[in-house]
Amino acid sequence: MSILGKLAEKSWLTPSAAGDGVDMNTGPEPAAKTALALFIAVLTSIFFLFAVGYRMRMHQPDWEAISDPGLLWINSVALVLASVCMHFARKSALSGDIRGVRYALTLAGALSIAFLVGQFAAWGILRESGLYAVQSPATAFFMLLTGIHALHLFGGLVVWARAAARAWQGIEVKRIRLSVELCTTYWHFLLLVWYVFFTLLLLT
Amino acid sequence: MFVAIVVVLLVIGSLIFHFASPWWFTPIASNWNMIDTTVDITFWVTGIVFVLLNLFLAWCVLNFRHKKGRKAHYEPENKKLEIWLTGITTVGVVAMLAPGLIVWGDVVTVPDDAMEVEAVGQQWHWTFRYPGNDGDFGDVDPRLISVANPFGMDPDDPAGADDVLVYSPEMHLPIDRPVKVLLRSKDVLHNFAVPQFRTKMDLVPGMVTYQWFIPTVEGSYEIMCEELCGMAHHTMRGEVVVEQQADFEDWLGSYPTYAEVLARAEPDAEAGKMSYMACAACHGQNGEGNPALNAPKLTGLDSWYLKRQLQHYKSGVRGSDPADALGMQMRGMAMTLVNEAAIDNVVAYIGTLPDVPVVATIEGNVDRGRDLYQTCVNCHGAQGQGIWAMNAPRAAGMSDWYTANQLRNFRDGLRGANPDDRYGRQMAQMAQMLNEEAEINDLVAYMNTLGQTQLADANAGRRFE
Amino acid sequence: MAYVAIADRDHEHELHDPHTFITKYVWSQDHKVIAIQYSLTAIFVGVIALLLSGMMRLQLAFPDSFSFIAPQDYYQFVTIHGMIMVIYLLTALFLGGFGNYLIPLMCGSRDMVFPFMNMLSYWVYLLSVIILLTSFFVPGGPTGAGWTLYPPQAVMQGTPGSSWGIILMLVSLGVFIVAFTMGGLNYVTTVLQARCKGMTLMRMPLSVWGIFIATILGLLAFPALLVSAIMMTLDATIGTSFFMPAVLEAGMQNDHEGGSPILFQHLFWFFGHPEVYIVALPAFGLVSDILACHARKNIFGYRQMVWAIVAIGGLSFIVWAHHMYVSGMDPYFGFFFATTTLIIAVPTAIKVYNWVLTLYEGDIHLRVPMLFCIGFIFTFIHGGLTGLFLGNVVVDLPLSDTYFVVGHFHMVMGVSPVLVVFAAIYHWYPKITGKMYNETMGKWHFWFTFLGAYSIYLPMHYLGILGVPRRYFSYGPTEFIPESAQAMNVGITYSALFVAAAQILFFVNMFMSLRGKKSDPNPWGATTLEWRTPQHPPKHGNWGPSLPTVYRWAYDYSVPGAAKDFISQDEPAAPGAEGFDPEHPNG
Repeated sequence: MSILGKLAEKSWLTPSAAGDGVDMNTGPEPAAKTALALFIAVLTSIFFLFAVGYRMRMHQPDWEAISDPGLLWINSVALVLASVCMHFARKSALSGDIRGVRYALTLAGALSIAFLVGQFAAWGILRESGLYAVQSPATAFFMLLTGIHALHLFGGLVVWARAAARAWQGIEVKRIRLSVELCTTYWHFLLLVWYVFFTLLLLT
Repeated sequence: MFVAIVVVLLVIGSLIFHFASPWWFTPIASNWNMIDTTVDITFWVTGIVFVLLNLFLAWCVLNFRHKKGRKAHYEPENKKLEIWLTGITTVGVVAMLAPGLIVWGDVVTVPDDAMEVEAVGQQWHWTFRYPGNDGDFGDVDPRLISVANPFGMDPDDPAGADDVLVYSPEMHLPIDRPVKVLLRSKDVLHNFAVPQFRTKMDLVPGMVTYQWFIPTVEGSYEIMCEELCGMAHHTMRGEVVVEQQADFEDWLGSYPTYAEVLARAEPDAEAGKMSYMACAACHGQNGEGNPALNAPKLTGLDSWYLKRQLQHYKSGVRGSDPADALGMQMRGMAMTLVNEAAIDNVVAYIGTLPDVPVVATIEGNVDRGRDLYQTCVNCHGAQGQGIWAMNAPRAAGMSDWYTANQLRNFRDGLRGANPDDRYGRQMAQMAQMLNEEAEINDLVAYMNTLGQTQLADANAGRRFE
Repeated sequence: MAYVAIADRDHEHELHDPHTFITKYVWSQDHKVIAIQYSLTAIFVGVIALLLSGMMRLQLAFPDSFSFIAPQDYYQFVTIHGMIMVIYLLTALFLGGFGNYLIPLMCGSRDMVFPFMNMLSYWVYLLSVIILLTSFFVPGGPTGAGWTLYPPQAVMQGTPGSSWGIILMLVSLGVFIVAFTMGGLNYVTTVLQARCKGMTLMRMPLSVWGIFIATILGLLAFPALLVSAIMMTLDATIGTSFFMPAVLEAGMQNDHEGGSPILFQHLFWFFGHPEVYIVALPAFGLVSDILACHARKNIFGYRQMVWAIVAIGGLSFIVWAHHMYVSGMDPYFGFFFATTTLIIAVPTAIKVYNWVLTLYEGDIHLRVPMLFCIGFIFTFIHGGLTGLFLGNVVVDLPLSDTYFVVGHFHMVMGVSPVLVVFAAIYHWYPKITGKMYNETMGKWHFWFTFLGAYSIYLPMHYLGILGVPRRYFSYGPTEFIPESAQAMNVGITYSALFVAAAQILFFVNMFMSLRGKKSDPNPWGATTLEWRTPQHPPKHGNWGPSLPTVYRWAYDYSVPGAAKDFISQDEPAAPGAEGFDPEHPNG
């Protein structure tokens, strides 16, 4: 039943057999997945609003565009590869391959850490070329956008660390499957966010 | 069922209150009658809804309250009724929105022939600028603002030469001419609002906003700041005087243009020395003051402040109240300074005198004084050194008995009550919180403990008043 | 596959099963305990805000009579009063308090889907409250920039608390948003995933709908506040210029350049407007259920009520700049926002009509909860109508920043929803405590509060029409403000102090009745599920060995042919309802 259909239900036409057209879900997985979807909606709101702020600030007369460090391209590749690894981790988890999960998960985490290190290095590059957030609004926004994204990736790594540890401890695959699925979704989301932010930074 | 009666009474009471209350719009003094009309339409539409809905509510409560054997009627929904109600509500909404948007269209369309005036807001004062004969405002830059250039005028822009600089909270406007008021802020958000004109608009630092209206009634109207701009927001007042064109031009002519300000001769401290002979008898050879003669210390005071007080004494803004005997005495003395140049000269001379520390005469609870001083610190500075940008003179390190007297005078209306004493009026509001003698003593005692750092340009003076 | 509820499943996370006092009542993961923790904290901090408002009113009535209320203090009171009331009291109480208590019970669940995170959300909320209150003890005191915290003044000298106070405020808000997100994920996911068998979305009571949509609003709107808080914190601490243009600070040039104060306002109000609906929508939902129960009549037009809640929620995201008509933003925006704002009036009006139509041909029991509902309708009609003035851009011009605005938002945020809070607490008191409150005391409480509150805020509107500005410490000799306005201020202050004092009746009633007589499990004859728990008050796990099954919507009151004047949601086809045709209920 579509959402509109559900909202148009004439629920006083009772009593009807309980469960008619009932849209119940079964299992804790849907709850966690729903919660992640909602959380991603919240984050979308946050990232969207930062982007809006960026665009509005750009129109002030003191704006001077900066050139983004080339390092960002390398970092992006690392993040794409991390998502690919997550994808494989998920595949392995769904097909019961714990070894596949271990290796893919670990590699994904390593690449993500590399991304974070690279982002931090990019900050350093800007500082060395004399661009400070305090004086240059473009630099301030660069650091803000990359910083917020990195912060959320770091948060994801906290969850990843728990999942990876359990994978190496010899846990049953099906008990880790949900975690891996959620991490994968989250990683893909952050990759998408990075894609949008990076494009935004490049175009301006 | 009592509640149903109360609801009816409240409806009747609210209506009575509405029609009988003495608080309604101020008499309109601008062209924006259409705003008032739209408000009236809105009152009628909402008023009818208010009465009908609430009477229906009361009737329902009365008629359908629980009685033995009563049973409610089961009706899950009535689509037809809902559609009707939606339709009627939409009609009501459109009836209010349509005239509102039409009038708003007028508000956002500034007439081509509108004269432009600039209102400059800052914490917590208004100043104004008129474009002069060329009709063009000269460029300004906040980075150029200084004690000698409070408007931040760019000396390299020729359009600014004939700009008339009104360093006063009072602006004048000619009657029946559309005027576009450009709004500029030096520091924080403010709002320029005159209730009788109906329009208002925020001042936003970093940009120029505006509002336009046609003043249609002669008179003087208060400008209220209506965007919380700090702890003295409620004292940030100005005045708009609407008058005939000829009077307006006279008034405008009494203020200098930027070019005239730049061209002013340096004051002559030597000439001032001659004038100062008359003052020395009370205030001392070195301007150190003499408590026995009720003459306060003058040295170390900001010259723009000295100048303004002398002007106030001369014009009677200060020292006219018979209860202010000492002020009246000063009035007589100030009259001996025949013109503005004389005032400038004597002030310049006082600026050359050495600033010697005074003996404190007042004792009080310094800790309580520190708390009280928190109300003063934003204008007068953490050291009581005075801040030119806030129009606040040095307050610490001066004759403490005099400071105490002036606080008393401000509080009691002996100073600052004259409608032309706009800066004094602000002080009068601030002084109201000093209810007890002990508080004045505590405050002054605390100020006696402050180091008296002088700002380097405290004596540079402003040369556009 | 047979349906098996979440809590009954064999999975790695067992439902929490506390045994010690600490795990039952302090570090509790039980939604009912968390709800009470939220509510008590919110009410406590709300009383602080009430005291602050008392001081503000004392200053306004008797200007400059109190040395402990200097101008900077006054503006600090104004700010903290507003922020506490809107966010730390109303939002926390409606969502963290009522949401936590009612959602699992009304949906037939054992608890929220993430009980541990739910518990965490309360403690993080408490932390945010503590951080806020700490700002009273730092140098400079709390921020005095108004609850709207506009830059550049909020971080500049001249505004109280511009050094430490504002930072603590922004940090506190950030922490609150974290708490809110944790709670919000719980409420929404529980409603979507954990309803018991037979509980379709359209069989949920409106209380759940109101809180549900409000939570979604919050999840999407609070980020705007977070974004603006982060950017303002950076401006204030490391000196960036997101919102700070080149300005003079006490006569000295500052180092900022190019920032836009209006950008902050857009971000703030993009949050701020949905925020008022986050407060209002739960109130709308709760009042619908209480009204229906005590009028023994189904809420009129349930589907329209749900659609209206959803519509109001959606529209609330495109009206924000009606708070910015005089901000200096592009004036052409005024056309758009005035239109959307007045459009949102339509679904809101439908809800008001439906509340009154619920009473029409009802069987109205004028008990305390019903009295408060009637008070809500009356005051909300007034407050909603004055909103039409302010939403219409050109009418807002003379009224903006005057006491008309103060009267309006207090009526719609402070009076109406608070009357609903009281209605709800009285209505569910027997459920939560197992005891019955004192009816007489409750009635006195109602009359004092309702009449007192109306007499505070009605006159304020007229002072605003006159042009009396808001956020003024004192008026001094102002020509267009007559003496009578000052006299009115004194009257308003006396009413305010009286209403504040009258709340003692409420607290005394609540506490004394805890040791009073027990109540029936369903004293009002309500249809909703929370009244059907096997224990009264409900114990941990809510439903005993097996979850309920729902057969009908939440409003089967006075069904023709039924034995009683209500049928609980979990009652299967009633044997006494032969001949009852739901398509034609009245024959």
